[in-house]
Amino acid sequence: MRQDKQYDVEGGLGLTVRRIIAYIVLILLTFLCLFWFYILFVNASRAHSDLARGFTLIPGGYLLKNWQGVMGGTQPIVRGMLNSFIIAACASVLCVYFSTMTAYAIHVYDFKAKKAIFTFILAVMMIPTQVTALGFIKLVQGMKLENSFIPLIIPTIAAPATFYYMKQYMESTLPHAIVEAARIDGANEVRTFNTISLPMMKPAIAVQLIFTFVFNWNNYFTPALILHDEKKKTLPILIAQLRSADFLKFDMGQVYVTIAFSIFPVIVVYLCLSRFIVGGVAMGSVKG
Amino acid sequence: MANTPKKGKSKVVKYNKWGYIFLIPFVAVYVVFQLIPLFTTIYNSFFENFLSGLKQIGPNFIGFGNYKEIFTNGDLIKYTTNTLIMWILGFVPQIFFSLLLGAWFTDTRLRIRCAGFFKTVIYLPNLIMAASFAMLFFTLFADTGPINTTMVNMGLISEPYKFLEHAAGSRGLVSFMNFLMWFGNTTILLMAGMLGIDSSLFEAAQVDGATSTQVFFRITLPLLRPILLYVMITSLIGGLQMFDVPQVLTNGKGNPVRMSMTLIMYLNNHLYSKNFGMAGALSVFLFIITGILSFIVFKFSVQDNVDEVKPRRDRNKA
Repeated sequence: MRQDKQYDVEGGLGLTVRRIIAYIVLILLTFLCLFWFYILFVNASRAHSDLARGFTLIPGGYLLKNWQGVMGGTQPIVRGMLNSFIIAACASVLCVYFSTMTAYAIHVYDFKAKKAIFTFILAVMMIPTQVTALGFIKLVQGMKLENSFIPLIIPTIAAPATFYYMKQYMESTLPHAIVEAARIDGANEVRTFNTISLPMMKPAIAVQLIFTFVFNWNNYFTPALILHDEKKKTLPILIAQLRSADFLKFDMGQVYVTIAFSIFPVIVVYLCLSRFIVGGVAMGSVKG
Repeated sequence: MANTPKKGKSKVVKYNKWGYIFLIPFVAVYVVFQLIPLFTTIYNSFFENFLSGLKQIGPNFIGFGNYKEIFTNGDLIKYTTNTLIMWILGFVPQIFFSLLLGAWFTDTRLRIRCAGFFKTVIYLPNLIMAASFAMLFFTLFADTGPINTTMVNMGLISEPYKFLEHAAGSRGLVSFMNFLMWFGNTTILLMAGMLGIDSSLFEAAQVDGATSTQVFFRITLPLLRPILLYVMITSLIGGLQMFDVPQVLTNGKGNPVRMSMTLIMYLNNHLYSKNFGMAGALSVFLFIITGILSFIVFKFSVQDNVDEVKPRRDRNKA
């Protein structure tokens, strides 16, 4: 600490100038990140006729009316939100539970194929799922699972990236002594995993639950290829439909409310949990 | 363990079978939903299989015909170029600001206040639904949208700039959105890398009277090279998957004249029109490219992790 201060004085004016520049850039970037969402909020609260006349930074009083308009409109937005929520919730729970289980298998046990399987999972971790989309659609059609949520939920069980994150976390938090202690106490392996190991992974589980939930909530490519039934569509598909419809005929206030509807829930949840999320991003990446 | 070695060994073997049991869900799902589709995709790429009007053509085996077609009709090159241009336009400012912010946040002399707040804000756009974000930008940057009307009212431009009718406009918007969505994420990754650098190096440099600029270019940047490589290649893999933003922004058309059409949009079009042969060949092309890039990431950053996996008892002894 003492040394720090010494350099501070030495750095003198240069440091102050650098600090000012840093704050200016940070504030500009903050503005750039938040500006769009503020306009979205303002525009969602104004009437179509006001929006056509011009643009202000002051919110209007039409939010509720626009909202009611969307509810009474042709787009099944609430249904879409519910569908998105069901898929994202089921997918994230399954993904995190089974990824932790896979990481546990590699972390705790010794078996012949262990290194080969671990290498394989890490090697395919970066390959995007889009490249197998064709085969995936054919498979789903063959299984007669089009317009079903199952092909969007079950495949998340095999998530190499989540597995890797969990494996990294286990290295630092799950000592083998604990597993052995549980065995001596007579717990079987499944029980040891569920009641001893899983609770110790809580912070990592929370982070990954949020990430997989958000990923599935936002996912557009695969659901758009699987879900064709109007009642089964998820939010991103409905938003994209809004774009492809003859957009000028729409009530713009309602369009903005619809967009806000898909964005703001995530923002609110994020702001509540941001401490975990920002801290958790770096953990699963690379070891320094 | 200590009682009789024989008993201990048999117990270990008994436990270790659970390693396989716990792997069953992952392996089963991976094989069914990833591996089999991969093989079906490759298989389909050798067949002519599409709808011509209402008439179904094929599937007929045509060998490498589809590959010849995608490599010679010019589309693939065009869309690869588009994708790369938009990736680079987003990546350059992204890496620039990420390095800058990372250096500032980790600088012990600078001591940025409210660093937590800034990190929260810059990471925020990463979690926003890309489709909605693109739709929002479409409405804001529309010919009669708020941005254009404001600029005209202020007298900055005489008539609305039609963003989606200019290659620079639509590519610029896509790149700008990619930049906004990803620079926070990159900043946090680079910061983790910077914090991992031995702080005595910085102290020694300070004692020797190095300026912050010198410290950054002579110490931070060279030591950060592995992480920069990781960030760049994962970003490139992500860039090749660019889809939601340009798809929604341009309504799947890649306006103007397919200048902002990306590879995955091209794949998506083939999948929608049920041209499975061409979609297959394109998928295999993308698989090979992303496979090579993944291999680089694997070789340089994650493989050490695999090598650390030693037989358990050896590690306990060590």
